[in-house]
Amino acid sequence: MSKKVGIPRALFYYKYMPLWRTFFEELGAEVVVSDYTSKRILDDGVKSCVDEACLPVKIFHGHVLNLKDRVDCLFIPRFTSISKREYVCPKFGGLPDMIRHSLQGIPEIIDTEINLRRSSKNAIRAAMDIGYRFTGDTAVIKRAFNMAKENYYKSRQLLKAGRLPDDFRTREKREPVYKETDGRMLNIAVIGHVYNIYDSYVNMELISKLRNHGVKVITVDMIDEDIINEKSSTLPKKLFWNFGRKAMGSALHMLDRKDIDGIIYLMSFGCGIDSFICDLAERRIRRGSDIPFIVLTIDEHSGEAGMNTRIEAFIDLIRWRQKNESNISAHG
Amino acid sequence: MKVTFPHMGNTYITAKAMMDDLGVDYVIPPKNSKKTLELGTKYSPELACLPLKINIGNYLQAYERGADTIIITGGCGPCRFGYYCEMHREILKDLGCDMDIITLEWPDDGLPEFIRRVRKLAGGLNPVKIIRVIKNVTQVAIQVDELERLTFRIRPREMEKGLTDSIYKSFQEKVMKATGSRAIKQLIKETKNLLQNIAVDESIKPLKVGIVGEIYTTIDFHTNFEIERMLGNMGVEVHRAVTVSGWIVEHMIKKALNLPRDMRYAEAARPYLGRMIGGHALETIGNTVLYARQGFDGVIQIYPLTCMPEIVAESILPSIERDYGIPVLTLILDEMTGEAGYKTRVEAFVDLLKRRKERSSFGEDWALSGN
Repeated sequence: MSKKVGIPRALFYYKYMPLWRTFFEELGAEVVVSDYTSKRILDDGVKSCVDEACLPVKIFHGHVLNLKDRVDCLFIPRFTSISKREYVCPKFGGLPDMIRHSLQGIPEIIDTEINLRRSSKNAIRAAMDIGYRFTGDTAVIKRAFNMAKENYYKSRQLLKAGRLPDDFRTREKREPVYKETDGRMLNIAVIGHVYNIYDSYVNMELISKLRNHGVKVITVDMIDEDIINEKSSTLPKKLFWNFGRKAMGSALHMLDRKDIDGIIYLMSFGCGIDSFICDLAERRIRRGSDIPFIVLTIDEHSGEAGMNTRIEAFIDLIRWRQKNESNISAHG
Repeated sequence: MKVTFPHMGNTYITAKAMMDDLGVDYVIPPKNSKKTLELGTKYSPELACLPLKINIGNYLQAYERGADTIIITGGCGPCRFGYYCEMHREILKDLGCDMDIITLEWPDDGLPEFIRRVRKLAGGLNPVKIIRVIKNVTQVAIQVDELERLTFRIRPREMEKGLTDSIYKSFQEKVMKATGSRAIKQLIKETKNLLQNIAVDESIKPLKVGIVGEIYTTIDFHTNFEIERMLGNMGVEVHRAVTVSGWIVEHMIKKALNLPRDMRYAEAARPYLGRMIGGHALETIGNTVLYARQGFDGVIQIYPLTCMPEIVAESILPSIERDYGIPVLTLILDEMTGEAGYKTRVEAFVDLLKRRKERSSFGEDWALSGN
């Protein structure tokens, strides 16, 4: 019987799922993904995690609880770095330990360290370490890893082309719906961590709400890596977070583009990286342009009505401005 | 050029010694106060960690007194501290404070940039002078920490309550008037003699509590409401493994000279936290285990709200509590923390430790009073 590998539908699931799924399936394992985020999962996570952690980490705990009785092992790798000379949030590095010490009755955890800070060759090393738990055949692992990588790159291409995981990964594979509006389509950039943008429960359907208002959503994933690198290299000190570099690079790129109508920064309360990047981006945007900018903060207490009001107000502001902008000061 | 630097506990003594020896013109920002925190909170991002906010407060107060250059240390992540310098730069720029920031770290551009920074600060590149300054300043840092450790030992045992506090306080004031590492070392020596002459009751066996957590909040006595003094006056002997001199010796000097570092804490932490994850999380875990093994009665973890590495540590600490039977109290600080509530929690924790100790002296047949 094949081994059941549990993958929590949270955090880097939203980035690496195509890679992980192909890899484990090629190794002959059965992949079990936890349910979509729900009130239940959120509540379980909040109850079992330390209060100070950010919402995505709490939700991760909830997803692990959702999975733990259904699988033989859990895949919670220790992410130290996913790119050269850069880190990810320290909480990712301690995640397997956080889970082990906060939750009880947890099956075996695959907690291989993924550290590409020094060399991207460490990826295949990590793959080997994981693979040997399933098969002794090096060739099989290598083949699985290569196929997984191919699948991952394909999904990145789709993301870049403007499709979101929901558009190509859900069961029915529907096309994105855009509501017809009397005005023209707006281009709004949404900057935030993948696990906040692509988890529609956490962000309270932000993406589909925007689309229903006649908005074309632009995410960090849709911006070319070269542009991001070029823009972020103009900073006086290199940003040492992978997400930080991407978010800052994209924000600076938005300032150059003439077709961006607004920027939404989606942050989770208590996120250390967002607290800095969001502030830096806001300062640059306010200094260098008049593009409308809004910060939407989410935590476990966020109410949907408040979120709706803010999104609607933001879009109204953009549309009114375009229709009625007279450039005359309201103060006379 | 008029240099300033952020406050962190007694670091100003070490920094002062360095500037005096280098002959740099400098301003020490006014001591951390409510005003500092208010200024900092007003102009910093809401969710930034507390040290960043206090730093901003320090700079603004120093700016009023004519400072135009800031010296801080940096880092390369993943803890947010590594990007403090850039945040500071942006915030001050938007406020219209024209201040230059010199970051003492290994820059992206390598050696030439580093030399440029040192030359700017030291006013030259005389290696003999620089090495002598480094040596003297490191000695000052070590002696300041030793002095502080001495107060931790004497405070719970002193016969006349409050004597340690008054001697130590007058040292902190006098040191502002001493110039150069030599005079400061002399003053430390005199204070040490005064402290050693305090009459102590050696028969007292005080409770022992270890302090762990994020470096700024554990070291900066204004931020943590002088927790070491508070505990000491409750009759508790305090120990804190993370110190400024330890940081200078372990992270700067030994790293630069490629000497083996003291990694006992990493060894102790291994069963709980597999890797270094940035900040002081590994130290927090490792030192808690070491304190438990050394028979301490309890451990207090202190960190600023939203500190990423310490959140990981906090979620692991309950396992150490269980495995070693040592109580751990976590105190989280931000600009909203009120002293009364904070003090109540510390008092309650000390009460709990006292009861635990008494209980073991009764053996098995202990009962709650009144039953």
